[in-house]
Amino acid sequence: MTSGQVVVVGAGLGGLRAAESLRGAGYDGHIVIVGDEPHRPYNRPPLSKEALAGGVSVEQLEFRRKASIDDVEWRLGSPVVSSDLTAQTVTLADGSVLPFDGLVVASGIRPRALPIPGPEKGRYFLRTAQDAAGVREYLVPGARVVIMGAGFIGCEVAATAVGLGATVHVVALDEEPMIRPLGRELGAGMRRRHEAKGVTFHLGHTISEFLGEDHVVGARLDDGTVLNADVVIEAVGSVANTEWLEGNGLDLSDGLLVDDGMRVIDAPCPMVAVGDLARHPNALFPGPARRIEHWNMPTETGKRAGATLGAILSGQEPATAPFTAMPSFWSDQYKHKVQSFGMPGIANRITLVDGDVDGPCIVEYLDDTGLVGVVGIDRTSELAPYRARLLERARG
Amino acid sequence: MVTINVDMDKCQHYGQCCFEAEDVFHLDDDGKLKYTKEVGDDRLADVESAADVCPMQAISFELS
Repeated sequence: MTSGQVVVVGAGLGGLRAAESLRGAGYDGHIVIVGDEPHRPYNRPPLSKEALAGGVSVEQLEFRRKASIDDVEWRLGSPVVSSDLTAQTVTLADGSVLPFDGLVVASGIRPRALPIPGPEKGRYFLRTAQDAAGVREYLVPGARVVIMGAGFIGCEVAATAVGLGATVHVVALDEEPMIRPLGRELGAGMRRRHEAKGVTFHLGHTISEFLGEDHVVGARLDDGTVLNADVVIEAVGSVANTEWLEGNGLDLSDGLLVDDGMRVIDAPCPMVAVGDLARHPNALFPGPARRIEHWNMPTETGKRAGATLGAILSGQEPATAPFTAMPSFWSDQYKHKVQSFGMPGIANRITLVDGDVDGPCIVEYLDDTGLVGVVGIDRTSELAPYRARLLERARG
Repeated sequence: MVTINVDMDKCQHYGQCCFEAEDVFHLDDDGKLKYTKEVGDDRLADVESAADVCPMQAISFELS
């Protein structure tokens, strides 16, 4: 039926799910998946937890792949560097040019790099399996670890490092760890859990300079405090990998704006975007289109995007149903399980409904329209009714 | 039949699978995952969705 070629830029979870969904929609042309890392799609959350603690190889983290994509061509280890959306080609770092009939943008995000002076060696991000392998070398009993950023990755790394016997300092401008998704009270509760395990927080502060000649040996904070460090992990947010799309007239200020079907707005060719970089509407949570960097979104957006692109390439109108995926995040820190549904970060009121923030608890997040999110700590099995209430929002 | 196996060493009892196939997976009162090991072929699509959304990628299945 169909012929031609679809290029998927990005070999992570979103690219994988989009390719599977494209096949599910009946597309039987050639599919090329291009990835900058040398690995097939693998699960990243363990990189700050069990895989960092040791004993898990990247092969063990690979996602199961549906048989329908056994015939895709993998171009791994050579990132896409540029594109011409009118000519419908992408160019790889190795110089090869791939033509396409349809394009899936799944190039994801990378950790934000702040311009802080000092030596480079001993400073790590935590995004790839290679990053985790580099950090793991340092995490021995007595190691001095400085973590920049108190979001989920920073806090998970802190918990893992403490578990391995390291001494951990966390430096962040925020008032409390994970304050944007969790709010101040629950963030404070999580901070106290970390402090009870020996983590020292330096909140309201930034690192102004890394110390050392060749390899980092410490960090100087903005108030002059010096922290000794054998290794530094920088976890202060992310930026979308969209530079390869420059020069095509698209708005790349914050990922890529897409419609409910994940079709890229204003694209001059059949083009969808998925995962962390897709700035998408969600009928459950009206308001501006948003990028949502939760683990379940690459799967949700990838499934929708594959169906949309499959319809376009077979000459049909893609489905226009509103996108209503439920955002969900979860985190493991020590033995504590943090789980959320919805968008707690957009709330203007936060209510503790059960337990207390220093123990097992359930917290509701509300705005003027009602419940917008729920977070449970060590109460996972009791969150289903809250999730159901959040789904009711789709019915107005 | 679809034969399901959950690697309980990997499973962290997040219960995401329960929302995809609530007749196959559920969390008990202690928050531990329980599941049916064999289901009919008509449940394949939902079991596959459940495996896809498992944060720990602990769910495997096969058709027999």
